Amino acid sequence: MNALAVIGRVVIRFLEHLGRVTFFTLTAVSHCVRPPIYPRLIGRQMINIGYYSLPVVGLTAIFSGMVLALQSYTGFARFNAESAIANVVVLSITRELGPVLAGLMVAGRIGASMAAEIGTMRVTEQIDALTTLSTNPYKYLIAPRLIAGLLMLPLLVLVADIIGVFGGYLVGVYKLGFNPSVYMSNTVDFLEPLDVISGLVKAAAFGFIIALMGCYHGFRSQGGAQGVGSATTNAVVSASILILTFNYIITELFFAV
Amino acid sequence: MSAPPKIHIENVCKSFGPKDVLTGIDLDVMQGESVVIIGGSGTGKSVLLKCILGILTADSGIIEVEGQDVNRLTANDRDDVNRKFGMLFQSAALFDSLPVWENVAFGLMQGRHMGRDEAKAKALETLGQVGLAKEVGELSPAELSGGMQKRVGLARAIAGSPEVVFFDEPTTGLDPIMADVINDLIITCVKDQGITALSITHDMASARKISDRIAMLHHGKLIWIGSAGDVDSSGNGFVDQFVNGRAEGPIKMELRR
Repeated sequence: MNALAVIGRVVIRFLEHLGRVTFFTLTAVSHCVRPPIYPRLIGRQMINIGYYSLPVVGLTAIFSGMVLALQSYTGFARFNAESAIANVVVLSITRELGPVLAGLMVAGRIGASMAAEIGTMRVTEQIDALTTLSTNPYKYLIAPRLIAGLLMLPLLVLVADIIGVFGGYLVGVYKLGFNPSVYMSNTVDFLEPLDVISGLVKAAAFGFIIALMGCYHGFRSQGGAQGVGSATTNAVVSASILILTFNYIITELFFAV
Repeated sequence: MSAPPKIHIENVCKSFGPKDVLTGIDLDVMQGESVVIIGGSGTGKSVLLKCILGILTADSGIIEVEGQDVNRLTANDRDDVNRKFGMLFQSAALFDSLPVWENVAFGLMQGRHMGRDEAKAKALETLGQVGLAKEVGELSPAELSGGMQKRVGLARAIAGSPEVVFFDEPTTGLDPIMADVINDLIITCVKDQGITALSITHDMASARKISDRIAMLHHGKLIWIGSAGDVDSSGNGFVDQFVNGRAEGPIKMELRR
């Protein structure tokens, strides 16, 4: 009986949480498409998410591309299939590693900062102050971040794709001794538009998820510094899990046989 | 026939889970009147203000502003009502991402769509009214002392020429001299301009100075309402204990829950 009660409580708490996230998402999205829109705030968030995340995403991408080329060579050399390395690198980067690694890095950098900023505003009554100044917090705080996340992650991933492939090229040509023009032609010839497009769609979804989780957990934080700390942790953890979950779902949608 | 009250509160109740915070509040605040609500910590004074401002929704009861029921308004209607209000928060709740002048001008630019230059001029003029130099306008809120932050908060509350101003513990955390400065500013900015004011405070010196009437909140109800001059001879044991700050009396501090 006790076990049933525990399970029931867990299920009810989960459903409550799911309902709150759904309501928050619908409210936030409705404010994204209704005027007034704040272009200055959207622009500021786009710079924060896109421009300032470039170094961390770029470094992640180049080293991922480099290590991918090295590891692929180790494995493929056993089957005399070294020529497939360029193909493996470009497909892995554009379809999976580019969006997922960029998503996880941005979740750590931006999701945490959004949750901390909005959470601090919540516990210091700044969000209440917005309401008293006839400014809707969803419109002023949440909508610009969601729009910026949705738009900037695909651009970041596009850059990450290029840098990642370049990392593979560096290792392939300068360490493993591939002919540069052959490596490039192998990269381009086997790449299809859908490979890139699927990665960019994933990136847009991940950008939305990162901003949503950062805003949601920040908006609901309570209890001072400890509450803001928990909100930050929850934002990063939930965004990371959702990124990996939606990565599978979108892959399934695009490439299901 | 007497004029209708500016704010009419009737049998307002508010609970958080099993905890009943407000259990039937009745209060009328007349045009141009300054009413102060006193009461111990955690008795629901801030909750009452937040219910009037629409930050929280009362579970039941009537809250009217100039005869209009404001308890369950749409977001747009609530913004219209809130344009009549100004609010000084206990912690000042200044937006730390904006300079001081933009904090003061925030309601003018976002809520009333005033141009940036005009709003800045009005903000600097309002800062002057609360005794702050124009140079302060360019500082960040983090660079200000607690007293200066309260003054900026007061400037933000009155910048939009509100009809009603709410003060949440306006002198808490300030030294006695600065507290008196804030009291004088409240009288100058509010009483002399005929603005209606509803304040909550623990500070009896402040309550006596800024109020026309004082009400005491205890266990979710207003147990005494009278003129400021009668508060020392109320004949109410709860009020006497609170006003004189005695540990002994009918109010028992809940040291353990």
